[in-house]
Amino acid sequence: MANQEQSRGDAPQFEPVIIGFTCNWCSYRAADLAGTARVKYPPNVRLIRLMCSGRLDPTFVMKALAGGADGVLITGCHPGECHYIEQNYKAMRRYMLLKRVLAQLGVEPERVKLVWASAAEGVRLAREITLMVEEVRKLGPLHWGKPNGQAAVPEAIETAEVTA
Amino acid sequence: MSQPIHLFDSDDPQERIGVYVCHCGTNIAGIVDVEEVRDWAGQRLKDRGVVVSRDYKFMCSSLGQEMIEKDIKDLGLTRVVVAACSPHLHEQTFRTAAQRGGLNPYLTELVSIREQVSWVHTDKNAATDKAKAVVSGGVERVIKNQPLEPLHVPINEATLVVGGGIAGIQAALEIADGGYPVFMVEREPSIGGHMAQFDKTFPTLDCAACILTPRMVSVGTHPHINLFTWSEVESVSGYVGNFTVTIRKKARFVNEELCTGCGICQEKCPKKIIDEIYEAGLGYRKAVYTPFPQAVPKYPVIDKPNCTYFLKGTCKACEKFCPTNAIDFNQKDELITIQVGNIILATGYDLFDPRRIPHYGYGRLANVYTSLEFERLSNAAGPTNGEIVLRDGKTKPKSVGVIHCVGSRDRNYNNYCSAICCMQSLKFAHLVHERTGATVYNFYIDIRTPAKAYDEFYQRVLEEGTLFVRGRVAEVTDAARKPEEEGRLIIQVEDTLAGKQRRIPVDMVILSAGLEPRKDAKATAHTFGISCSADGWFIEKHPKLDPVSTMTEGIFIAGCVTGPKDIPATVSQGAAAAARVMGRIQQKEILLEPVRASVNPDQCSGCRICNNLCPFNAITFIEDRMVTEINPALCQGCGTCVAACPAGAISGTGFSNEQILRQIDGLLMLNLEYMSEAAELVPA
Repeated sequence: MANQEQSRGDAPQFEPVIIGFTCNWCSYRAADLAGTARVKYPPNVRLIRLMCSGRLDPTFVMKALAGGADGVLITGCHPGECHYIEQNYKAMRRYMLLKRVLAQLGVEPERVKLVWASAAEGVRLAREITLMVEEVRKLGPLHWGKPNGQAAVPEAIETAEVTA
Repeated sequence: MSQPIHLFDSDDPQERIGVYVCHCGTNIAGIVDVEEVRDWAGQRLKDRGVVVSRDYKFMCSSLGQEMIEKDIKDLGLTRVVVAACSPHLHEQTFRTAAQRGGLNPYLTELVSIREQVSWVHTDKNAATDKAKAVVSGGVERVIKNQPLEPLHVPINEATLVVGGGIAGIQAALEIADGGYPVFMVEREPSIGGHMAQFDKTFPTLDCAACILTPRMVSVGTHPHINLFTWSEVESVSGYVGNFTVTIRKKARFVNEELCTGCGICQEKCPKKIIDEIYEAGLGYRKAVYTPFPQAVPKYPVIDKPNCTYFLKGTCKACEKFCPTNAIDFNQKDELITIQVGNIILATGYDLFDPRRIPHYGYGRLANVYTSLEFERLSNAAGPTNGEIVLRDGKTKPKSVGVIHCVGSRDRNYNNYCSAICCMQSLKFAHLVHERTGATVYNFYIDIRTPAKAYDEFYQRVLEEGTLFVRGRVAEVTDAARKPEEEGRLIIQVEDTLAGKQRRIPVDMVILSAGLEPRKDAKATAHTFGISCSADGWFIEKHPKLDPVSTMTEGIFIAGCVTGPKDIPATVSQGAAAAARVMGRIQQKEILLEPVRASVNPDQCSGCRICNNLCPFNAITFIEDRMVTEINPALCQGCGTCVAACPAGAISGTGFSNEQILRQIDGLLMLNLEYMSEAAELVPA
């Protein structure tokens, strides 16, 4: 298990695992810049490079959450600055829909976050990551589909079922 | 209860994977326990196909690369994962190494444990664990990598240079002299840029016009340069080697075929307008004008918003007197489309507007000047013929204060140093001293004179008797407190070396204003698909090693677009950008990343959801077969359509669903669970 691998000794603090999706042209370079500038942020985030935030299939987010991630960070170029002209707007629309779906599945909205970060904004990306790690830490682990005996379907769904 | 979702297929072909973990000296090894990551990958990921796991001091060195090549040959590796720096730095290095070893280059994966782990984290254990997860993600992903071939694209030999200042001029001449065609686009009626406005250039005190105008003439007459002045780039499409650019050639209302540049129209035009651009608001021009006598091209333009004919419907003095009937009031803007292979952006800077610092009084106190105004004032071809006089046009100043760092090195305006203001202020001090004999005060924070012969110039100005006061000026005011301050400008400053407040009365104040990005720099960056820093300067590909390239292939930058620069640095960058472009052209073709989307027609249901998603018009619907197709020549590889296809019929090479989903599994260490599951399944 990821969390076991991660918490050596008796770390009392919950360490969330966050999967971050980055755009090749802006936020991945912002992450590179944060590194070059030695800006520090917590090690809880693990980044995946896509060519564009528009490439983000909502399935990826579902997959990450179902697979044990406690949060997902989606990053892309600022509106109007997309390398592919306007595909970040498509990412934003999908994000809006995705948030509604996740809410209906009982996932707290703070667990999935969309952040714009240009290639120059290493500091900003590091700050957003730090903030998100803290927010997710407060929420605690996402027991959703984890193969550890927890209910795969959150209770909220069963109780929220409405009959006509 | 549902089973955990995963993609583990028992029929995965068994890959033979090599994992290589780089120390990067102590850059990685200082925080990440590299040996532990190496051992962990070798043991725990053995069942995922890792047959060899090594660490090395510098993987990017030739010995590190040879290690990979040797393992591919000796151990029959089919996949390679390198855990080192960012793929933007060394992806190509390791792909080439794999290729030399006989492997398709795209079967390698470089994962970042430097920029994303060792440089940003401080806890060694947590960093080592994250590095393991990152390696695990890379291993899972590389299993699904496909062998690919880069796309070969021919390069158009023509180059577009945007901006006709000294950077653009230098770049255009270098390329054209090399025998390749150049299109130059300049927004103003003439090329020359800011340098054409200056009188003398520091530290040699060469006359700016004397060294610039011969180059302008060369651009105007060069057989390989096609010059578009009074024009702007409207749109850019395509990609490196094959850009299509639309240029708006604004109506000049002067027929360039007929005009001889005799200048009679300018003489006869009855309308005088303050010239805000070339004369920096100090002088006048006519409604039909060339900005200055040596303008290239020599054809004037009619300033439509100020022309009496366009305002009132009568006048036409220029038309009446033109000896060649070149005036054409019916001319319309023209849209011209050109094809180029590379683009150099040299659009320059804007001067910081000192009105934003109200306590320096610019715009309110008559004898406060900007640096650009003073350039025109001291220019022999300027509004006062080079006489340094106050706004009344006759009084010579007896004392002059030059304020450095106006709008620079100031967290209220711009944090950066504008690089040229120290030397420019020293030049002003010298010119004032030489021409008027006035006492000159320089108010500075630090004097920065790093380039060749700069400090010698500073020493010379010191010896001439210019006074230097170290301290940021608090205020420039005309409110006199003593009789001797009456009618003068008083500079209030803390002299930080003497440790006291001073009030220094002067007749003239010159604000050495900083350089700022063009007001429309963001829009320009968007048009050309490049990025701006937070300050608004264009970002270079690498600040030290690739200062004239951008992240967008085929788009180069030169001069003050990347930040404040003096003329020698600007000229060097113009020449450097030209060298890069010519290197490209001589390669004849360029290899592009084969990241493209394609549709599997057997899976496409013809729902057309993807049809409106592509901003590059690469997606078309084939009516008779009821399926969608993607044109690989137009596809830019963003993957938005791949993500949208509900049937999963669109696949994106290099970033396929399988690769990304597997990488997620790897990052979350789910792959370790597959193995235990698989182990459970085997005995049953």
